[in-house]
Amino acid sequence: MNKLFFIISMFWIFLFLARFTLDWNPNEMVFDYILSGPTNEAWLGMDDYGRSIATRLVDGLVNSSLIVLLATLVSSSIGILIGMTSGYLGGRFDQFILFIINLFMSFPGILLAIAFAAVLSPGKLNLILALSIGGWVGYARLARSQTLSIKNIDFVKASQTMGGNNQWILFKHIFPNLRTPLIVEGTYALASLVIAEASLSFLGLGLQAPDASWGGMMRDSVRYLLVAPHYAIFVGLSIMSVVFWINAIGDYVHNRWNING
Amino acid sequence: MKHSLVNHFSLLFFQVLGIFILCFFLIHLVPGDPVLVMLGETASLADQDHLRAQLGLDKPLFDQLLITFKNILNGNLGYSFFYQQPVSHLIKGALINTYHLALVAIFITMVIGLSAGFYAAKNQNSWVDRCVSHTSVLFISIPHFFLGPLLILFFSIFLGWLPVSGMESPVSIILPALTLAMGLIAITVKMTRNCMIELLESDVARTARAKGLSEQQVLLRHVFRLVLMPIITILAMQFGSLLSGAVITETIFSWNGLGKLLVDSIQSRDYPVTQACVLVIATSYVLINFLTEFIYRWADPRVRTDGHE
Repeated sequence: MNKLFFIISMFWIFLFLARFTLDWNPNEMVFDYILSGPTNEAWLGMDDYGRSIATRLVDGLVNSSLIVLLATLVSSSIGILIGMTSGYLGGRFDQFILFIINLFMSFPGILLAIAFAAVLSPGKLNLILALSIGGWVGYARLARSQTLSIKNIDFVKASQTMGGNNQWILFKHIFPNLRTPLIVEGTYALASLVIAEASLSFLGLGLQAPDASWGGMMRDSVRYLLVAPHYAIFVGLSIMSVVFWINAIGDYVHNRWNING
Repeated sequence: MKHSLVNHFSLLFFQVLGIFILCFFLIHLVPGDPVLVMLGETASLADQDHLRAQLGLDKPLFDQLLITFKNILNGNLGYSFFYQQPVSHLIKGALINTYHLALVAIFITMVIGLSAGFYAAKNQNSWVDRCVSHTSVLFISIPHFFLGPLLILFFSIFLGWLPVSGMESPVSIILPALTLAMGLIAITVKMTRNCMIELLESDVARTARAKGLSEQQVLLRHVFRLVLMPIITILAMQFGSLLSGAVITETIFSWNGLGKLLVDSIQSRDYPVTQACVLVIATSYVLINFLTEFIYRWADPRVRTDGHE
């Protein structure tokens, strides 16, 4: 497990350094080498426009990370805020939020993201929005249930008695206690978000050409499966390696902080 | 029991209503004029007006909502201007194909998942067991859009056994179904193995052994039956991932199901079809979840007493 983690980290660091120190151009086309296998110049071969797959994989990683991290930021802030407030205030408001959460959860997997990405015009911002629309629910649910279990503990009561207003209690007392489970949830959610982003791009709803994206590369590679199987395999392995890498961090954090459930 | 059932029914009703309203507003999210987006900037004014009237976009928002709702209750999901067909007609054909695919995928999952998990539990800690648990970790984490091409590479291009894509011959269903099933198989194997190992040391197995049954009879008659229940629950819970996985899988294998219809309609900007696909997929997901809960309550009396009594 640790060995594989180390190898994947080394592989990407090496490719990153090579990409940026040797200043490879992700959009440079060499028409003589279209769909060629690994060579000295292009270590992982060339794609259907004669561009280096290795270079585009690194750029895809940068683009993908940016989108996934921003989507996580947006969805977690919205989700945590809604979940925490709903759990703390309780009553009708909580019932309403619970219904909304259930409603969003009745769309399986990335269906909601697909639907939103489909009607919004393609672009980075809309992609982040589409991913966040499905993503906030997980955070909201966790934040709500954690808040419900915390809000009756004495230190919260004490703060209420001393006249702390809701805002103060939420951010000074409840939020710090939510952080740990939320970070663990966030790490795992990051891994599935990488796949969701790649899926959207695979369907042509994510980043548009000529920006490099893993899903887009995967889609192109499937077309040339017969003549250039290395293309699909390298892209697929890259996505899986990063997902594995994030999950390994998630497991580490999970075990380190000893969280159950 | 009755009280909680009513609760579940009303929740189901409001959930479906909510899904409907969300889907309804989807078309209003299109930036700019949806009619122009669908027809292109060069469309004639008459065409634009025609489509606008067809989609009901010339009426007030609330009226549109009511009209759409009434139409859906009558089984009228709108008209696809790209295919020049009623949407309900398109959906019906696609739904049948998707359900074939899902059924075959679940069948494969049950057969391979249960037998592999069964075998692994019986030969605990053997090399087969370790091998099974390692590959299942791999298959849980492999995304559909990578697994599909890998299976094509191996079975169609390298071995030449199965068609690459399309749905001409009956064997074409194997690869897409396998793509959908792999993740489920991995989960089923893991669940079956762990459940079996736990049950083999439980009172049920001990009593059966004490009656003088052979080990095989203990396994097949007593333990195996108890394993089925959680497996069915897990499979039903995973039905959603099956549906959303179908979007990618059907696109890869050109399988004319609901997922492919959804993607095609997005590409041709045929929003009434997009809307209907999302509505149908989400509703069937909610319905299946409801049925699972229902069956589970009926089968396992412990669940019933948890809530209100």
